[in-house]
Amino acid sequence: MDVAIVGVGLHPFGRFGEVTGIDMGAVAIRRALADAGIEWRDIQFAFAGSYEIDNPDAVVALMGLTGIPFTNVYNGCATAGSVLALAADTIRLGKHDLGIAVGMDKHLPGAFSSDPRLYACPSWYGELGQFLTPKFFGMKINKYMHDHGVSSATLAKVVAKNLRNGALNPNAFRRKPLSEEAILGSRMLNYPLTQYMFCSPDEGAAAVILCRADQAHRYTDKPIYLRASEVRTRRLGAFEVHSPWLPIEETAGPTVDASRAAFEAAGIGPEDVDVIQLQDTDAGAEVIHLAENGFCADGDQEALVADGELEIDGRLPVNTDGGLLANGEPIGASGLRQVHEVVLQLRGEAGDRQVPGEPKVGYTQLYGAPGVAGVSILSR
Amino acid sequence: MKRVPVADDILTWETGDPQLIGSRCKQCAIVTFPAQESCPRCASTEMAQHLLPRRGRLWAWTTQEFPPPPPYAGPTGDAFVPFGVGYVELGDEVRVEARLTQTEGLEIGMDMELEVVPFRTDDDGNEVVTFAFRPL
Ligand SMILES: [Zn+2]
Repeated sequence: MDVAIVGVGLHPFGRFGEVTGIDMGAVAIRRALADAGIEWRDIQFAFAGSYEIDNPDAVVALMGLTGIPFTNVYNGCATAGSVLALAADTIRLGKHDLGIAVGMDKHLPGAFSSDPRLYACPSWYGELGQFLTPKFFGMKINKYMHDHGVSSATLAKVVAKNLRNGALNPNAFRRKPLSEEAILGSRMLNYPLTQYMFCSPDEGAAAVILCRADQAHRYTDKPIYLRASEVRTRRLGAFEVHSPWLPIEETAGPTVDASRAAFEAAGIGPEDVDVIQLQDTDAGAEVIHLAENGFCADGDQEALVADGELEIDGRLPVNTDGGLLANGEPIGASGLRQVHEVVLQLRGEAGDRQVPGEPKVGYTQLYGAPGVAGVSILSR
Repeated sequence: MKRVPVADDILTWETGDPQLIGSRCKQCAIVTFPAQESCPRCASTEMAQHLLPRRGRLWAWTTQEFPPPPPYAGPTGDAFVPFGVGYVELGDEVRVEARLTQTEGLEIGMDMELEVVPFRTDDDGNEVVTFAFRPL
């Protein structure tokens, strides 16, 4: 059973004072329902993702208490990818015909922190200040730059691009472009990453309505087919966040595994993809993920970025809505924001940031703590 | 002032040269740090205590230039001093993530040695010490 996306909705990303995460989730759901031309009572099942909200299914109090199976999911930075995959699999398995995947979150500013023991790490690891994601991203890109000849200027160019794209996106958190000099000159947080090279945890919600592909034309004349949705976790030997130690043996990370599985399921390759959304928790992450997802060889990013190939009108448009750098990261919603953008791009409805040439195939990737990745592939 | 380690079971430090206390799987020989009771490779529960080499090479590094949020328990505000963090490859046994004694002059591949360094003063006035690697 193939799966189609027939509606998408977004609550803008940013900071919204007293507005609750549940409220934002309801806004995203209403917009997705309107996009699909259906009512809440038509929805047969739901999955919801959140980190901060214990029970995002409470959104039924605002939408309607219809008694549907509604499952809450938290799966680290791949939460929204997991929500999407579970919703899609429910249709693929023939259990239901029409359902919704929704994500919502409302974080405080600043780096995420928590009790390391909840991650199977010793408490001294947190006490010493090492149970922290930014320093992992600093180490990973610093090593990558050393091994593959990528420069700090490339990191700054990636941030500048995503902020330029964010300026074209009315739903983005950060809509002010910054110069490469300002990005490089901002406060060093974790060498080589400066303050403006990191995204911020923030607030927002996104929703996606999925149905059996053979019923998609009931709801839209522009169905977008979900060709693959895969989630993978780290294997022994991957260089992962929150690791007090690593074995000498090295293996590829979960992004590589999820990406390969998704391309295999979709029956296409990276050369077939026209528009790309990558996890850019920091500028280095976008650079590394470009190679980990098979879009270039290690080290080719230096030339690709310099030549403008990752721009909206480039050969490999990446993070056309500004990515996490411009939108921030409400964990539960982030991956569905990526899907929302790809759906708009494939429908030709992305406005000022529309990728030219009528893109046919889109790609999204999430990665983060504790070593989990989610990849989806969509096509017209 | 009494000196106490940040954790009791991660390093030998009171006499002689300090060493990190890891574990080694009796089935597949993988080395972990800190010691754990089961093997992350073969799931064996036969793990033996194993003292790690004191010297190694820097495999990856960054700097921590802002005070981490809790549960970090070290100095904050004006008392915060930026520190290096990296993975040091100890022989061909294991890569250990550790504080580095400096933030400047670090290079992947450089030779490093374990030492015990002051970390903070606890509520009882004890000096809490931890492990760090210094370039040789
Ligand atoms: Zn073993």
